[in-house]
This record gives sequence, C-alpha cells and structure tokens, in this order.
Amino acid sequence: MTRYLIPLALFAVLVVFLAIGLGRNPHEVPSPLIDKPAPAFNLAQLADPAKSFSPAEMRGKVWLLNVWASWCISCRDEHPLLLQVARSGTVPIYGLNYRDKREDALGWLAELGDPYVLSASDLDARVGMDYGVYGAPESYLIDRNGVIRFKQIGPITPDVWEKKILPLAKELNR
Amino acid sequence: MQLRLLTTSFLFLVALGAASVAVARDAQPLADDPKLEERVMNISRELRCLVCQNETLADSRADLAVDLRNQIREQMKNGKSDEEVIAFVTARYGDFVLYRPPVRPTTYLLWFGPFILLFGGLIFLFRYVRRRRELIVDAPLTPGERRRAEELLGAGRNVPRPEFHVSSSDAQVEPLNRD
Repeated sequence: MTRYLIPLALFAVLVVFLAIGLGRNPHEVPSPLIDKPAPAFNLAQLADPAKSFSPAEMRGKVWLLNVWASWCISCRDEHPLLLQVARSGTVPIYGLNYRDKREDALGWLAELGDPYVLSASDLDARVGMDYGVYGAPESYLIDRNGVIRFKQIGPITPDVWEKKILPLAKELNR
Repeated sequence: MQLRLLTTSFLFLVALGAASVAVARDAQPLADDPKLEERVMNISRELRCLVCQNETLADSRADLAVDLRNQIREQMKNGKSDEEVIAFVTARYGDFVLYRPPVRPTTYLLWFGPFILLFGGLIFLFRYVRRRRELIVDAPLTPGERRRAEELLGAGRNVPRPEFHVSSSDAQVEPLNRD
C-alpha cells in the first residue's frame, strides 16, 4: 500500500508547490525597503514648482505616497478609489508624479480630479529609483517615524485597501 | 528668387551640420572611456531589468534600464567598485535583480537542494540494491531436481543441432562479410 501512497504523496506536494507558483504574479517583486526608512528627497511641487516637498515634513503622520503618471493606464483604474479615500480623510495621499510632463500631469488631474494633498514632480525618476519604483502605479504606506510599512505594486484595488492598507493605517495611527 | 533659394539651402546645410554635431555629442559616452563602458556593460549583464523581467539591464531598452545604466556609469566614474554598485541596485530593487542569487539562508534550498536530491537518490539506490541482493536466497536443489536437471542438460547435448539453425545464422553473417 505504501508503495503506491509515497509517489502519490510526492505528486501531491509537487502539485501544491506548482499551484502556489502559478498563482503568484511575477511582476510583484518584494521590496527590500519594507520596514526601512523612506528615502529622503526634496522635489518641486507639481502645482507650484517654486515650492518643494520633502518626506521629512511628514514626521508624526501616517501617509500614503502614490506613484502616478498621466501616461499610466492602471493609474486611471486606481483613481476613483484614491478620490474616495481622499474624501474620507482616513489617510492623506501624496503623489509622486513619475516620468511625466508637467502640463500632461496637470491636465490629467484637472480632468479626473485631484486626490493628492500635493504631488511632487519626479520628472527624471531619480527619486523613483531610490524608492525602487519600476512602474506605475506603486504606493507606499509610511508610518509616523518615516518608515515604509507596506508597498502596493500596481493599482490599489478596493480589496487591498479594505483588507491590507486601511487596517494597517488604523493600527499605525493608534 | 535664386538668391533666396541659395540662402535657404545654405541655412538647411548649416542646420544639417548642427544636427550631425548634436548626434555626435549624443554618442560620446561610448567613445569617452571604452574601459568604463565595458565595466558598465559587464555589470548590466548580471542584472535583471525589472520592467521586462526576462531581459538583462544591458539588453533592455526600457526607460528604467537606461536610467539605471546611466546611474551605474555615473557611480563608476565616481570611483565606486562593482560590489558597491551592485549593493546600490539591490538596496532598491532587491535580490531579484541578481541573475546569480547570493547564498543566504533563504536561498540555501535553491543552492543545495539539487545536491540533497542527488545524495538522497544515491542513498535510496544503494539501499534498494542491497535489499534486492538480500532477497535472492541460495536454494540448493533437491536430489530429485538435480537428476531432472542433469537429464535435461544431458538430453540437450546428445541431440545434434538442427541444420537450419546453422544455415540461418550463416545467412545472417554472410551479407555482413561481403560488406
């Protein structure tokens, strides 16, 4: 009996491993920046380039840094949710306008609405590189001490918001 | 009229000249320092482009890959070693960008798994063969069996080998010999 059960058990283990492997999205690369301090930067604000923004100003607050661009199609999918979050006022959202043109970005916000407290212009993607950005959208939840606690690669879905980001933000705000 | 044509074509030529100068300046980093460029390309071949994951940083034409190559070039110009450059990239993008994963507790299974399987297989094979040998027991023939066997063997020796066996085997050998 065991003669037949052992290969069957091995096969079942293999199937489980392959099923997990196939279910994973290879484009979601775990970030080494989780639980590390958010890299510092100082960038011009999109709306008013004379003003600048630095994450250091956000000490003491739990906030979301959302990487977006006007050329990014998935950002459009994510946009209604961001607007909803901005209206609810649970977590302030700051934008990092990534590899974009200023006028395109402003046009995009005028057309679709602006969920961001402000957006910083990362036109040459230098800051994006420091954050390990390799596409848009990407979002970082940063805690009071300026530590990255969660990274969402790709659009934030209502599911991810409800089950991961919102509970974590509430816990960090406690 | 002709004068105007002449001036326009002259201006056009000037513009063309300026354009070619601009192009020449664009290509300069390559000619600038071939040794540095070789280092940049060597390291880029070890790194994965995250946008198009099955391409190396050296092969990829994605914006991110271009930026990262420029970043690597810049750092090398500032005297950073290959290890420092790789540390810079992995600090941002993780070990996933390395085509040669580092040996760490999390990658032990990846590195040593095949050897564990190999040795496990060898041990299994050894034990299996030994068990098979133990299963074969020498069973001496009973006197009756021995007599029967001798009878059969003796009978075989007395009977002349049938003709067709010989000829058929000859027929098989012959064509080969001719070749």
